[in-house]
Amino acid sequence: MSTTPAMIEIKNISKWYGSFQVLANCTTQVSKGEVVVVCGPSGSGKSTLIKTVNGLEPFQKGDIIVDGVSVAAKDTNLSKLRSRIGMVFQNFELFPHLSITENLTLGQIKVLGRPKEEAVERGLKLLDRVGLIEQKDKYPGQLSGGQQQRVAIARALSMDPIAMLFDEPTSALDPEMINEVLDVMVELAREGMTMMVVTHEMGFANKVAHRVIFMDKGEIVEDAVKADFFGKPRSERAVQFLSKILHH
Amino acid sequence: MKYDWQWSIYLQPAADGSGSWLQYLFGGLVWTMVTALAAWVLALSIGSVVGTLRTTPMPWIVRLGNAYVEVFRNVPLLVQMFLWFFVLPELLPKQLGDWIKQMPPPWGSYLPAVLCLGIYTSVRVAEQVKAGIQSLPHGQGMAGMAIGLTLPQTYRFVLLPMAFRIVMPPLTSEFLNIIKNSSVALTIGLLELTGRARAMQEFSFKVFEAFSAATVIYLVTNLVIVLLMRKLENKIRVPGFIASPAQITPGH
Amino acid sequence: MNAGYDFEVIQRTLPYLFKEGMTFTVTLTLIAMTGGIFFGTILAMMRMGRFRLLSIVAGTYVNMMRAVPLVLVIFWFYFLMPYVGAWIIGAARPVAVGAFMSCVITFMLFEAAYYCEIMRAGIQSIPRGQVAAGQALGLNYWQTMGTVVLPQAFRNMTPVLLTQTIILFQDTSLVYVISVTDFLGAAAKIANRDYRLIEMYTFAALVYFVICFSMSYLVKLLQARMAIIR
Repeated sequence: MSTTPAMIEIKNISKWYGSFQVLANCTTQVSKGEVVVVCGPSGSGKSTLIKTVNGLEPFQKGDIIVDGVSVAAKDTNLSKLRSRIGMVFQNFELFPHLSITENLTLGQIKVLGRPKEEAVERGLKLLDRVGLIEQKDKYPGQLSGGQQQRVAIARALSMDPIAMLFDEPTSALDPEMINEVLDVMVELAREGMTMMVVTHEMGFANKVAHRVIFMDKGEIVEDAVKADFFGKPRSERAVQFLSKILHH
Repeated sequence: MKYDWQWSIYLQPAADGSGSWLQYLFGGLVWTMVTALAAWVLALSIGSVVGTLRTTPMPWIVRLGNAYVEVFRNVPLLVQMFLWFFVLPELLPKQLGDWIKQMPPPWGSYLPAVLCLGIYTSVRVAEQVKAGIQSLPHGQGMAGMAIGLTLPQTYRFVLLPMAFRIVMPPLTSEFLNIIKNSSVALTIGLLELTGRARAMQEFSFKVFEAFSAATVIYLVTNLVIVLLMRKLENKIRVPGFIASPAQITPGH
Repeated sequence: MNAGYDFEVIQRTLPYLFKEGMTFTVTLTLIAMTGGIFFGTILAMMRMGRFRLLSIVAGTYVNMMRAVPLVLVIFWFYFLMPYVGAWIIGAARPVAVGAFMSCVITFMLFEAAYYCEIMRAGIQSIPRGQVAAGQALGLNYWQTMGTVVLPQAFRNMTPVLLTQTIILFQDTSLVYVISVTDFLGAAAKIANRDYRLIEMYTFAALVYFVICFSMSYLVKLLQARMAIIR
């Protein structure tokens, strides 16, 4: 374990949907500046786990501490906490009725209270960073999937987050657009952003991840440094999974 | 088959001396529209609130909203009209009840008609708004909350703007329905278009001329509103957004 | 009038209300539903068929029926039927058709327009891919319709058709405008005769509520059972 302070601490999280247990005693942490990739078969609970970090999915047992703030505590202002964590969704989830610029400024103005001109300036700077400045007056429906996802990343960054959560960011994209999004994420990682990424893209994991977590049936089965995970995974399920997805 | 068509009846003076029969009928259209619009404002206000509340994660509020919908949905409009007109004044404190009963026509009929139609239609508006909000991808609400918007903010800036655009077509139908349903108010004495057509028929004995005119007026009004609504829809259209496929809905 | 409520009046007139009033309402609803679905099916087939003229005629009929208030249609048929009857049997003067007959015809033809649209939407809601898949197997048009499209469409539209029938049940109360005695009419008669408006109208509302609410609930259960999971 690294000695840098933990940005995200997941402590013994369990979650049930009715009587079905979705997450079982998950414990891990993400240090500042670390990039952690979470992988696993469908239904393993990885998307659910990442959504518990910013409280979008409630959990019944355990706790999550983000930058010293407890997610489960009753007196935590969840909206405030969420504004400090960026999230990128599988289906992009840009707001279709707002222009690209407005998508980037909504959170800044309504949640962070920034004046409009400042919000627009920051938003456009980030838009330029992801390479889409010419789209600023367009609407999400007029952009391709890859472009929408890059805007979604810019939207999350516009809130100046301390950490970024990615829930299968490239799973809904056509193959030729996956790389444009991964490139943005790689750059973000290289700049030192704390990232937790649920993905199947092992090439990405190999390039920038520090650690890889493998989940199956709601449990964290393996939690290893990248080299160990790809080199000599300890659990049989991880071996099976890797063999299935690394042969394309 | 013997029927004396007499199209010139339209230009002859109406029995109440207000002008020709045609003017009398158009007066009815005015009353229809005035009733319908007032009721529509009521229906939209209440219906939007109830519909939105029914999608919130607070179970007691949802149940309250559902109860409201069920009560006003399962009683025929005419029965509700009678309750508002005959029964309500009796249940209110004596002074208020008497004041209502003494309201001169047409207000004595107009007010209960507007209240009745407004609440009856608010239920259907609530259903549409609820369906519209629930048809949005689940992720939209999450994306709103993920950037730190509170629940009310998420409804206001993310969910409702899209939901209302989605339900504009069915809401247009509901507005057209209110116009048609206003005819039920003739039973409590409101002289809207259908009521006046009936009165014209009773006084002039020109059955078909009376009802033909009313029919044509309804058809033209319907057409005009459909065209206006289409224009409005185009104005607020979200670029690049493809509307969800039409649902099979019953109703009048 | 506030000299005490007399709910006894409901008890005394229960037989009249239900034997005369409710029987009429239910009978009218069932006949109109059957006839309405029958004519509605024909209209739907005309609209979706290959002959443009039939499609236009059916479309015009449906759109007109849906643009006009039911009250007006009730008046139309009430006054029109005697002339049509005379025309049919070649009489010189309008024939007395009877209120019940005119109601039956009114509601059948009015609801047919609504049932037609429900069926059309139901059939058109089946994804095109299903038809393509059927054809790819070698089924011809009628086989595809009969074994692939219609079974699915029917399961989609049955709950909606039933809901429309519940609406029809409520709409029959409008026969009041031509002084026909259905359930509401019976209640109104007693209300005015015995000067018991509150009790009778409240009771009528309650009865309608109980019936419609239970029916809607049953339809919801049916819908859950019949739903095709895609």
